[in-house]
Amino acid sequence: MDERRSLSPCSSRPSSPRTPPCEILGSVGIEAVLDQLRIKAMKTGFEFNIMVVGQSGLGKSTMVNTLFKSKVWQSSLPNLELPMPQTLELHSVTHVIEEKGLKLKLTVTDTPGFGDQINNDKCWDPILSYINQQYEQYLQEELLITRQRHIPDTRVHCCVYFVPPTGHCLRPLDIEFLRRLCRTVNVVPVIARADSLTIEERDAFRSRIQQNLKTHCIDVYPQKCFDEDVNDQLLNSKIREQIPFAVVGADREHLVNGRCVLGRKTKWGIIEVENMAHCEFLLLRDLLIRSHLQDLKDITHNVHYENYRVLRLNESHLLPRGPGWVNLAPASPGQLMSPGPGKVRKRANKDPREDEC
Amino acid sequence: MASLDEVRQLKKEQIRSLTMCGHVGFESLPDQLVDRSIQQGFCFNILCVGETGIGKSTLINTLFNTNFEELESSHFCPCVRLRAQTYELQESNVRLKLTIVNTVGFGDQINKEESYRPIVDYIDDQFEAYLQEELKIKRALFNYHDSRIHVCLYFIAPTGHSLRTLDLLTMKSLDSKVNIIPLIAKADTISKSELQKFKMKLMSELVLNGVQIYQFPTDDDTTAKINGAMNGHLPFAVVGSMDEIQIGNKMVKARQYPWGIVQVENENHCDFVKLREMLICTNMEDLREQTHTRHYELYRRCKLEQMGFVDVGPENKPLSMLATGLQETYEAKRHEFYGERLRKEEEMKQMFVQRVKEKEAILKEAERELQAKFEHLKRIHQEERMKLEEKRRMLEEESIAFSKKKATCDLFQSQSFMASGSSIKKDKDRKKIDAATAFCDCLTAKERMRLCVTPPRKDLD
Repeated sequence: MDERRSLSPCSSRPSSPRTPPCEILGSVGIEAVLDQLRIKAMKTGFEFNIMVVGQSGLGKSTMVNTLFKSKVWQSSLPNLELPMPQTLELHSVTHVIEEKGLKLKLTVTDTPGFGDQINNDKCWDPILSYINQQYEQYLQEELLITRQRHIPDTRVHCCVYFVPPTGHCLRPLDIEFLRRLCRTVNVVPVIARADSLTIEERDAFRSRIQQNLKTHCIDVYPQKCFDEDVNDQLLNSKIREQIPFAVVGADREHLVNGRCVLGRKTKWGIIEVENMAHCEFLLLRDLLIRSHLQDLKDITHNVHYENYRVLRLNESHLLPRGPGWVNLAPASPGQLMSPGPGKVRKRANKDPREDEC
Repeated sequence: MASLDEVRQLKKEQIRSLTMCGHVGFESLPDQLVDRSIQQGFCFNILCVGETGIGKSTLINTLFNTNFEELESSHFCPCVRLRAQTYELQESNVRLKLTIVNTVGFGDQINKEESYRPIVDYIDDQFEAYLQEELKIKRALFNYHDSRIHVCLYFIAPTGHSLRTLDLLTMKSLDSKVNIIPLIAKADTISKSELQKFKMKLMSELVLNGVQIYQFPTDDDTTAKINGAMNGHLPFAVVGSMDEIQIGNKMVKARQYPWGIVQVENENHCDFVKLREMLICTNMEDLREQTHTRHYELYRRCKLEQMGFVDVGPENKPLSMLATGLQETYEAKRHEFYGERLRKEEEMKQMFVQRVKEKEAILKEAERELQAKFEHLKRIHQEERMKLEEKRRMLEEESIAFSKKKATCDLFQSQSFMASGSSIKKDKDRKKIDAATAFCDCLTAKERMRLCVTPPRKDLD
């Protein structure tokens, strides 16, 4: 590459003067770019990574099967011959599902053994390290000199946390876990096995959980600070009122009024999964798949991944930093949430003093 | 942690296809993507390279059906400059941030050896800016106003013969940095048969010299056919015009000549519609993707290798920029900049001290001069004063003497008058008169005149 620079007095970046929007006098065809985008999306396909966290027996695997209407896991019934896992293990399974010509590469990560031990201290650590490991992998790929055309995205886009239906409030384990994870990944809490609660109990439980979340400053998805415009705000505040959803999962079909529906058959009736009067599974499905999937991915990429990256790049500088090393840009919404930049700032303030000593 | 390749391999094996028993509903995903893009807005940057007066601005106006404010450039620029302007266009709900970069003074100089250099530098600067943003620690890529050039429209003059050396040289230096679409400008000056020959000649020359122009993508079924057909029509022969002329009962954009009317949007007259179709309606997204994944990556790779990063270190173990190079290079750069800054500070201090000294010297000089002048004037003043004092003293003495004389004279006169009446007094008078005469003799003629004294008459005896 030539180092010589010409004498041309042009600025290196085009100045964008605040020109008023120009009037187009006829049709040009700029709209066609939307179709181009669609075609490109259909060709490359989509990726989605979801993680389900909760104690065993809360119906996580069933829920995943119900969400994607397929046997994601080999068997949904717990295998009673195998001993309970002693430590938290993470199982990841990837599938490619296709609907109407659209390919979706789905990765589901399960966490059997979470919260099952007697001493559950730091049971969130393996999960956090798994999530960070995915970020690390992406970062490594991004920093290569010869990069791939399309970096495979294994970062966890959404973590669904199953709250056991005690009917009281969030337990200490739940609070600890949610607090730590909501800064690293998008967390959607749901009330599992909601068929054990009546409608009134559900509502009371829900409001108590919401209060708990507010008290402990746990920001679950959809986060308030990322609402871009009024429409988003309206849509998201409706969702926020109903979080956590009370869900029931089922992968067996039964006949109800002549229709074949997914549901759980009990002696006192059939709980229909897709009936809004029975449970809020549809809301969860719509949130995760039909309306906010892209948003989940965007927030993971633009906020959580960037936070991780900042942390990591600052950490890798083992040499002491001089004044003004960390670029303290004005705090964006993401920074307020994560502990990363706070730590970084403190470190920047400490080092010069260490240098002087 | 397993090496990247191993991990990739594992993942590939684990993926299986799944069949669903019902409708899940993720076919709305492209819509979600499109909605997000609409919210963010689109960005498109066009670089127009061509001689002055070849019709670049007119063509851009015609392409986007807008009158962008562009002043006519002069032919007398000493070197090639680039002028970039950004416009915001909106069509239904799609917002497009369009940046047009024009070359000013291309092909006007007498010595055109360095003509292509500013263009290449400009393109590299945009890549550099993006790379810097990408390498920042705290970056905001989703908010970044992408200024990298997505397409270069190269305007070839319609000589009818072949490619000119300047064109060949410029295109050769640009082909690895940007998507080039060659156009034949002012195509209404070439006849149809000449045009065919000209096009074939141009394409063969480009192929012969290894210039890689942008090929419309033919890998997607929906657009493969039309793109493939268009590839055969390159370079497009275009005519631009914003003037509307009535043909039949419609107003169309055209150029009116005494021998006929050239319609811009008529496919038989020129390839303008094909260009608009290809550039905007079919391949805008592909152009942007090529710029990002091919040209930008190439630039990035070269730049990083130049800075000293390697992907695979000694013993063939994959190195990570994180572990080795990034912080070292940053540290090195920081030292460099720090040193540079110290040096500059020193320089400025020196310069400041120097200037202060000079100013002081000048002021002192001025002060001394003033002082000398003052002394000089003072001396003169004093001398004059002394002289004047002298004169005054003399004048005073004179006037005293004069008044004395006058008094004496008066006295003598009055006495002489009284002496004319008595003889006793005569002697006295005589004496007095004698005295007066004697006094008058003493006086000079002048003084006599002044005092109006006449010598006493001797006949008074």
